[in-house]
Amino acid sequence: MKNFESSTEYKPVIGFEIHVQLATKSKMFSPAANNPDEKVPNTNIDEIVTGQPGTLPVANKEAIRLSALVGLALNCEIDEWSKFDRKHYFYPDLPKGYQISQFDQPIAKEGFLEVNVNGKMKRFGVTRAHLEEDAGKNVHPEGLPYSLVDYNRAGCALLEIVTEPDLESGEDAKSFLTELRNIIRYLGASSCDMEKGTMRVEPNISVRKPGETTLPKYKVEVKNINSIKFAQAAIDYEIARQIEILKEDGMPKQVTMGWNEKTNSTVEQRSKEEANDYRYFPDPDLPPMHFSPEYLQNLKNHMPELPAQKRKRFKEEFNLPDADVENLISWKELAAYFECVVSEIDNWILEAGNHKGAEARLGLIKNAANWSLGEFSALLNQKLLNPDEAKVDPENFAEMLMLIAEGKISSSAAKQVFKVMFEKGGEPDNIVKDLGLEQTSDEGAILTAIEKVIGANEKAVLDFKAGQEKSFGFLVGQTMKELKGKGNPQVINELLRKKLQS
Amino acid sequence: MQFEHLSITELRKKLDAKELSSVELTKYFLSRINELDKKVNSFVTVCENEALNSATKADEFINSPGENPFLCGIPYASKDLFCTKGVRTTASSKILDSYIPPHNATVEKKIKEHYGVLVGKTNLDEFAHGSSTETSAYGPSKNPWDLNRIPGGSSGGSTAALAAGLVPWATATETGGSIRQPASLCGVSGWKPTYGRVSRYGVIAMGSSLDCPGAVAHTVEDLAHLAEIMSGQDEKDSTTGVQPVPQYSKNLSSNISGLRIGVPKQYFVEGMEEDVKNRVMDAVKQLEKMGAKISEVDLPNTRFGSLVYAIICPSEVSSNLMRYDGIRYGHLSQQAKNLLEVYEKSRGEGFGSEAKRRILTGTYVLTAGYYDAYYKKAQKVRRLIMNEFSEVFKNVDALVCPSSPNVAVKIGGAKENPLFGYIADQLNIPSSLAGLPAISMPCGFGMPSDGEAPSMDGLPVGLQVIGPQWGEQTVFNIGYAYQQETDWHRKYPGV
Repeated sequence: MKNFESSTEYKPVIGFEIHVQLATKSKMFSPAANNPDEKVPNTNIDEIVTGQPGTLPVANKEAIRLSALVGLALNCEIDEWSKFDRKHYFYPDLPKGYQISQFDQPIAKEGFLEVNVNGKMKRFGVTRAHLEEDAGKNVHPEGLPYSLVDYNRAGCALLEIVTEPDLESGEDAKSFLTELRNIIRYLGASSCDMEKGTMRVEPNISVRKPGETTLPKYKVEVKNINSIKFAQAAIDYEIARQIEILKEDGMPKQVTMGWNEKTNSTVEQRSKEEANDYRYFPDPDLPPMHFSPEYLQNLKNHMPELPAQKRKRFKEEFNLPDADVENLISWKELAAYFECVVSEIDNWILEAGNHKGAEARLGLIKNAANWSLGEFSALLNQKLLNPDEAKVDPENFAEMLMLIAEGKISSSAAKQVFKVMFEKGGEPDNIVKDLGLEQTSDEGAILTAIEKVIGANEKAVLDFKAGQEKSFGFLVGQTMKELKGKGNPQVINELLRKKLQS
Repeated sequence: MQFEHLSITELRKKLDAKELSSVELTKYFLSRINELDKKVNSFVTVCENEALNSATKADEFINSPGENPFLCGIPYASKDLFCTKGVRTTASSKILDSYIPPHNATVEKKIKEHYGVLVGKTNLDEFAHGSSTETSAYGPSKNPWDLNRIPGGSSGGSTAALAAGLVPWATATETGGSIRQPASLCGVSGWKPTYGRVSRYGVIAMGSSLDCPGAVAHTVEDLAHLAEIMSGQDEKDSTTGVQPVPQYSKNLSSNISGLRIGVPKQYFVEGMEEDVKNRVMDAVKQLEKMGAKISEVDLPNTRFGSLVYAIICPSEVSSNLMRYDGIRYGHLSQQAKNLLEVYEKSRGEGFGSEAKRRILTGTYVLTAGYYDAYYKKAQKVRRLIMNEFSEVFKNVDALVCPSSPNVAVKIGGAKENPLFGYIADQLNIPSSLAGLPAISMPCGFGMPSDGEAPSMDGLPVGLQVIGPQWGEQTVFNIGYAYQQETDWHRKYPGV
């Protein structure tokens, strides 16, 4: 990767066009199935999707509802009336020769999103969000003199979100896209899977010269970005590339670039020609959409908790570190699961009359977060599962945390127990018994082990006595190993130190 | 026995009484088609096997206990703009020459559910662009009253087939006069529904905000029955109305005493054939004699109708014809060497000149910068025309006027009298723009202005009745009452 000199005098101007494939059962204008996972080409099609003569579109009400919901969550205005327009162009993946989209009356407009960028709250404007249908995919078999078209994706409901050019860095983009994705997932409006293409982001990037106040006369669009990490990298790369050109008094070309994730750089795809004339006009097959005040109020009343609210609540109620909160919030299902574990912890504290005070509770909650984000997440990712699909239920999850807290099992033993719970289900105390992992605090057994370890590791003992504290850790580890992981670490610590210092 | 002049209502009685079977009736009409359509050229496709299969099923239904639906076992033809599953549908265009739809139009589905028997698909102007069937890729249909003359259009194949006694009824469509004008020229009864009354689903689109699928038959009574079957909200067409469908046929009444009928003065203009004007005024007198209250009404915005139509219709046409690209179905040029040529050559070879003309006009009108000046403005004027009708319908229950300013002209003769086209637009376009229901029915005969009548009687003249939105019942009642008192609808040409 080339290194460019960075500069603070140059001010990047970044806006996004984001396409989100809505999670509706059927397509935007036909009853054909919407299934982004379908592998067999031309399966999810019907006479409407393929644009047979005489067929007519019927708008998907759920797609309209989800769009309005996203609009509200992005603080947009939803006008009482909205309409569909036809956007005309020829391309094999566009069955009707026009895309049904929205031109001058989008469902949502003039909103904003507040985002925490490295501890600083920034507000990014949302210009509009409009509903349209997706196109199919052209396939070019290598070495063959023809192309194929797969219409599985054609006609799927797409929400296009356009932002104001308010972003200034890859960091801004990362925070904005993460928050936006969380919101849309929380609303259940889309899976927002960038790898599968249910969320597609296209930044427009340009850079103001020092002192320049108007928008630059060019912009560079970057396509082919399939993760938020790449969006950030592509933007940073482009900013540096453009500054380099501007510094030499050049003017970056108005082009569409593609992100190449192998070389970590952008590559020119095509020059932007003059704006196409799409000959927009209102689709006479579709009556305008009406958003009554009652309809919108009802949506607002049933709005699920959004990431910002959950973030605030997790901090206030659970006192978790910011990083934990962010990580939990980014995985909607995990956050929900975590909350179930917390409520099991609370139940247990109540039932056992075990009022150990707020601090003990918060300790357990912190452990719940650690385990959720650590071991649990790792196992889920390995198996590509969502928390609600896992065999370990929140009650057993919580119970395992109690066993650790009560010193009945060690952390390392808990990992073994958890693995069994994850793979087979079952209650942790049974698993502990089955595996013989009960933690021992039996001082006699621990002392025997310590003596054995000291005898076998003379050098470490000498090192410790010479002041090397890390040798102590090594000896604890060896003792634990001797006890097959079942020793109570606190007891080992105490006894070992006493023994060494005696 | 002869069946070709019987109405559906009459054939229904014969089938119910088992005087003959649907198979016999279907064979009767198929043999007439085989014998006579060489002369008339009203069919693009005849589906004999499908027809006999449907007729056999209809007979089974008739022979089982219970009441038979109105269309059960009755042969019919469909304008080749209605998609018929498994039966070639061309829109009379080369671009769809070998197209076999995987789907049925909602109207076809409804007729099928009533055990109607489709015998074939009728000719039309290519994609319904025209009023003579002369733009069809399969040659013009002939008017059964004089085979040298046009049947009118675009539903000319349907009206010619009906007038020639090749079917007892046929589907038709209107965008701006395409049912009323050919019904008038062929001397049959035709119904142009309220926009949104009949589903457009599966009917190949021309001007989507104007298209109205309808029907032609021998009598208005039949039309009332057909309207009952064809109408209704369709979940596949969002522009259909929620209004419940009245029992038009049961509600038919020949008592029009006290009904207020308006005669728009703008619809009787210079250039109209004298005989046409006289026959229509005779009909007005007849209606007055039957108790209707006649008054003259003023529709000054009529003159803007054809201008508005000339913008809106081609705009929608140019958009609706985008899908014929040779990629998924329809004509694919064998000469194309790259993608651009696939579009250029497939469309260039597939579309006729009238379709191309409308594509060019519509594309121009929708171009950025012109959209506001033309399309948007035209929509505003359209609204004014609708409002004007609403005002007039506060004072009258229906309007009557000629369906066409002239009787049938010779094939190729429309160009000789361009005024006809202009006046014809005055008569049919404003009500199309306003989405109003109308019928046309025979009201006598007139001499053509070229003076070369095939007989002393001349050629059919059509009376048009226009109602307010959703006012089908009033329109049918006036037609039914008129046909109880007159027998112009019972005159048939000898082919």
